[in-house]
Amino acid sequence: MNNVPTSAKRTVGWMGIHRGHKARPVEWLAEKFIFLVSLTAILMVFLIFVFVAREALPLALGQMNSAAARPAISTEEFDKLKPPEQQLYLELTPAEFKRMDKEALLALAEVRQDEAKEAPKDKDAKVNTTEWRYLFGAHEWSDSRPEDRYVWQPIGRIHKYNLWPLIIGSLKTTAVALIFSVPLALAAAIYVSQLSSPTLKEWLKPAIEMLSGVPSVVLGFFGLIVMATFLQSVFGYQSRLNAFVAGIALGLAVIPVVFSIAEDALTSVPRSYTQAALALGASKWQAAWQIVLPAAAPGVFAAVVLGFGRAIGETMVVLMASGNASIMSLSLFDSTRSITATIAAELAEAVFGGHHYRMLFLIGALLFIVTFLTNLAGDLIMHRLKGRLEGRAK
Amino acid sequence: MTTGSAKLPRLDFRSRGFDFVSFAFTGVTGLATLFILAILAIILANIVWHGWGTFSWRFLTGSADQDMFDVNKAGILPMVIGTALRVLLMTIVVVPIGVITAVYLTEYAHSTALTTRVIRGAVNNLAGVPSIVFGLFGLGFFISFIGGAMDAGAAEPHWGKPAILWASLTLAVMTLPLVIVATEESLRAITPGLREASLALGATKLETILKIVLPEALPGILTGGILAVGRAGGEVAPILFTGAAYYMRDLPKAPTDQFMDLGYHVFILSTQSPDIEKTRPILFATVLALLLLTLSLNLVAVIVRARVRKKMRAGH
Repeated sequence: MNNVPTSAKRTVGWMGIHRGHKARPVEWLAEKFIFLVSLTAILMVFLIFVFVAREALPLALGQMNSAAARPAISTEEFDKLKPPEQQLYLELTPAEFKRMDKEALLALAEVRQDEAKEAPKDKDAKVNTTEWRYLFGAHEWSDSRPEDRYVWQPIGRIHKYNLWPLIIGSLKTTAVALIFSVPLALAAAIYVSQLSSPTLKEWLKPAIEMLSGVPSVVLGFFGLIVMATFLQSVFGYQSRLNAFVAGIALGLAVIPVVFSIAEDALTSVPRSYTQAALALGASKWQAAWQIVLPAAAPGVFAAVVLGFGRAIGETMVVLMASGNASIMSLSLFDSTRSITATIAAELAEAVFGGHHYRMLFLIGALLFIVTFLTNLAGDLIMHRLKGRLEGRAK
Repeated sequence: MTTGSAKLPRLDFRSRGFDFVSFAFTGVTGLATLFILAILAIILANIVWHGWGTFSWRFLTGSADQDMFDVNKAGILPMVIGTALRVLLMTIVVVPIGVITAVYLTEYAHSTALTTRVIRGAVNNLAGVPSIVFGLFGLGFFISFIGGAMDAGAAEPHWGKPAILWASLTLAVMTLPLVIVATEESLRAITPGLREASLALGATKLETILKIVLPEALPGILTGGILAVGRAGGEVAPILFTGAAYYMRDLPKAPTDQFMDLGYHVFILSTQSPDIEKTRPILFATVLALLLLTLSLNLVAVIVRARVRKKMRAGH
């Protein structure tokens, strides 16, 4: 097939638009319009990243100062600064800065000076807690116990923004969710795709997928009101709401995701594989376990990866069932708080454009990057698997 | 295949009477399936059992003027209307864009072209973005950026604040992949012969799509819309900061008004109730209403989808 004359290839024009269309302007316009609209999805993914990151940018660039005692300069010195420096010093947005006249700016600078005079003088007060080393590094605060070296405490005299409690919280609930849901979902996927009869399959598949129709706020409610009490009476731990309860409830949201993708991957293994194994005398389970599962292994892996993405990004379940205390602890039975729940619970109270507000957008952007990468990985694995299986089947 | 022979499975598959391993394997996987279904059944049964007593016509059509934590007075009509309105606005935006994208992907695009793969990748990625990130996006893009630009110069923010319009648009972005995937599936289910027949009769490609392909794909398009409505109807995280209100005296009248929402109300009732034992009946009844809405829509989508798939199998 390599020696196709080039003239034959050229009949397919730019971006798959055929030459003949130029004779029909309406067709041509419609095609262009349809193409442009179909770019919406790309545009949206791009905009989501840009606009979540945009709000977090001043923080990431180190332009915010959250210290209780910020360095201040006299109004004369302020007057000598260039406009962009003035704007940065007063932490105003360009629009706000444009709206203000010189007197208003001087008044603000004076307020800032008074603030500095009245500010506490201890060493904690001078710390700009939004610097990266305070976000990820340990710090001994003078007013707290040594075990609070990693602490997220945005409200109070000193705004502590250590991200580790939130990251650990997210990972703990996600781990419980995956350990609970992945074996169940995979077993169900094997049963439904390989072992059940076709009639049974037609009922089982939609029934399990109904679970994805249960809104996450309902799963959160169920975890909070019903499951928390039940699990506490069974396991007898201290705090009623914790990473374990949230993880189990979260697992219910993950099951349909892992099930659907794994079932899809197992079904896409050509029937001829199973038929060949059966013809050689294998039992149904031998064909499923030794032939189909290894062939679909990348797809099963992709299902777990996408399940992870779903679990770490889920908000309402964790917000309602985890207890929401940002304690730095590795125990599953302590109350925890995840990244998503922190954003949901605190954004409404954060001052618009302030460092707390921007910090929440920053962790939102981190979350977006993590799920973007997991989705991309899962997607690529599935794509390659399907290509391989279809190529072999021919 | 000499190098791979070590990996080949054992081939002495003889029937040995009762095969215990086979029985156990089928049993374990079957039990897992049953366990998942049992959990689903327990959740549904629990909610129906506890919520049915309070779930009445008066409860559904009662307003929230009265104390919303009072079992005898509470009603959920404003939340039902708020949810319905935001979902309706969303559908108007998302269905045309989703259908057109699906038409491009199935009718025009070359499946191997880079643009097609990037669009597909974006669609899959959009489906996996956490719902709370959509909330942040709605706040950062629709409210601060677009709303802020529309307000330029105004003393009071009119557009640049949480509103039903922004909540709906945020949800439209979130549900776009659902509509695209469902529509695409139904477009692919149509036999190529139908398109070829239309083209052979002299119809142009656009005419074929508008008059033959799309009417034929209508069930799939409906499925996509229904799935999107079912999904968006229960989502709370994206509307937390983009429009949902804890309490509103009036129903939303303009696109810039905030609204009360069924899912958000479930969240309030379960986390901020002054006395959880007393409000428990209202909570369960509200959850029941929400579940009836989302699950019935899902059920319809599942049935329509099953028919589309059957047709596809028959066609090929």
